[in-house]
Amino acid sequence: MDTELKREIILDNYNNPYHKGLKNEEGYKKANTNNESCIDNIDIELKIEDGIVVDANFDGEACAISTSATSIFLRKIIGKSVSEVQDLIENYENLIDEQEYDEEKLGELMAYDTIYMQPNRKHCALLPVDTIKKILKEENSGANRTN
Amino acid sequence: MIIINREDFPILKNDIIYFDNGATTLKPKCVVEAMNDYYYNYGANIHRGDYKISLKASEEYEKVRDKVKDFINAKSSKEIVFTSGATDSLNKIVFGFMKYYLNENDEVLITKSEHASNVLPWFELAKEKNLKIKYIPLNENHEVTIDNLEKAITKNTKVISIASITNVVGDVRDISSISKIAHQHNILLVIDGSQSVPHTKTDVIKDDIDFLIFAGHKMLGPTGVGVLYAKSEYLEKMNPIEYGGGMNQYFEETGEVEYKSIPTRFEAGTPPIAEVIGLGAAIDYLQSIGMDKISEYEKELKGYLVSKLEKNKKVIMYNKSQNSGILAFNLEGIFSQDTAIYLDHYNICVRAGNHCAKILKDEINIKNTCRISLYFYNTKEEIDKLVEVLEKSDDLFKIIL
Repeated sequence: MDTELKREIILDNYNNPYHKGLKNEEGYKKANTNNESCIDNIDIELKIEDGIVVDANFDGEACAISTSATSIFLRKIIGKSVSEVQDLIENYENLIDEQEYDEEKLGELMAYDTIYMQPNRKHCALLPVDTIKKILKEENSGANRTN
Repeated sequence: MIIINREDFPILKNDIIYFDNGATTLKPKCVVEAMNDYYYNYGANIHRGDYKISLKASEEYEKVRDKVKDFINAKSSKEIVFTSGATDSLNKIVFGFMKYYLNENDEVLITKSEHASNVLPWFELAKEKNLKIKYIPLNENHEVTIDNLEKAITKNTKVISIASITNVVGDVRDISSISKIAHQHNILLVIDGSQSVPHTKTDVIKDDIDFLIFAGHKMLGPTGVGVLYAKSEYLEKMNPIEYGGGMNQYFEETGEVEYKSIPTRFEAGTPPIAEVIGLGAAIDYLQSIGMDKISEYEKELKGYLVSKLEKNKKVIMYNKSQNSGILAFNLEGIFSQDTAIYLDHYNICVRAGNHCAKILKDEINIKNTCRISLYFYNTKEEIDKLVEVLEKSDDLFKIIL
């Protein structure tokens, strides 16, 4: 992916983010992440039915990297099973940390493949996954309880 | 125009434009050299040895107490306690003095533009002792007015704890008048001088300040050292919150203890000796320029900065009328952190965020800003560079993405 295209993807998702605005309705699970090392602050809500993410939204104030990554991520996970989301998270974290990843699965998220060159911005790129992981963890412990 | 020799600050050779002086300041060579001199030539502990270099260390350490006393015009060096910083100083006041002075339902007045270090200790003490923390309403320019202060005072108000200059809005408060009103009502006045002591002349006698705190590193000194000033009548009544070596006179196996007199009683353990000595050199440096000259120059710089930025329609300024060297701003439609990262690309250091004044968001309806905080080594040329870079910020995302 060339730099110009990456920038275009990021800016498109920053200026007009997808799934911005929380519904705060019943059936949604919400988590907040307040980036400890900077000032980004986002809420994400997921609606998970029968192990499938059926809806995802976010809100908050964050920089271009965090906001765009959240927008792209939420768009990608709707319709995916929880295990597929976990797999995507793993691949994305590997991308940010310069480990092995599956380029095909990541798609537009490849726009962040050079973030490692700005170490202080890695946490911005990881903000959505940190938040989604919190929700999945809670979902998991809830599932365990009902089982 | 420039009031100092910029070569005194070795870091400026690296072509950085440093506008984050509210967070910490750059260090002149003389400060680092004074600390090196201690470590290389007489690096012994204080108040302990009967040998020359320990006596020299004690002497140099205590000399700084006198320098601080003169710098803020305290009555006696006994009123000067060295701490690890402004936060430590405030915690010592709140948990060593106020905890025993205040009673249930007593009220403490602060404002929404205080730094976290002047909010959170009070919240904790309020929980413990069932106190009420109240906010003096700010006017439309986010300032404390005498009228609003008087309205906020009740018969239960026992303490007013505020900054003399705040760290985001940069408003300069009329401490002299506030102090008169406080004392008419038998209210104690705690002043957070972190943003004022480095920039303006401080006079605790003239302003009749009961407690004053400030940090060494925001006034050219090293990190890890701060000052707590209190009128001796209050310091005598304050309890230490740290106990150990250096602060006791004697102790017996029965638990019988006698503590040293003020201010040593509050300096348990080996203090930051090199840092205190560094602070002394910083005070000498500031005195050699003159605090009046420093504040005058900073006012001029701030005026210049505002007049230049006013011409840029994309720049939103939140406190341009304030009389200190602090300017909070945003570029229209750009998240403050992105602006800061963009400026960093040109080696311009500014801070983005809420600047540790998290409850200020209720006042200015904006959570995050970029903050420029000037000091006397900044120049108009540096401001010109900032203005130029903000002017051509249409390509901001090309630079940062």
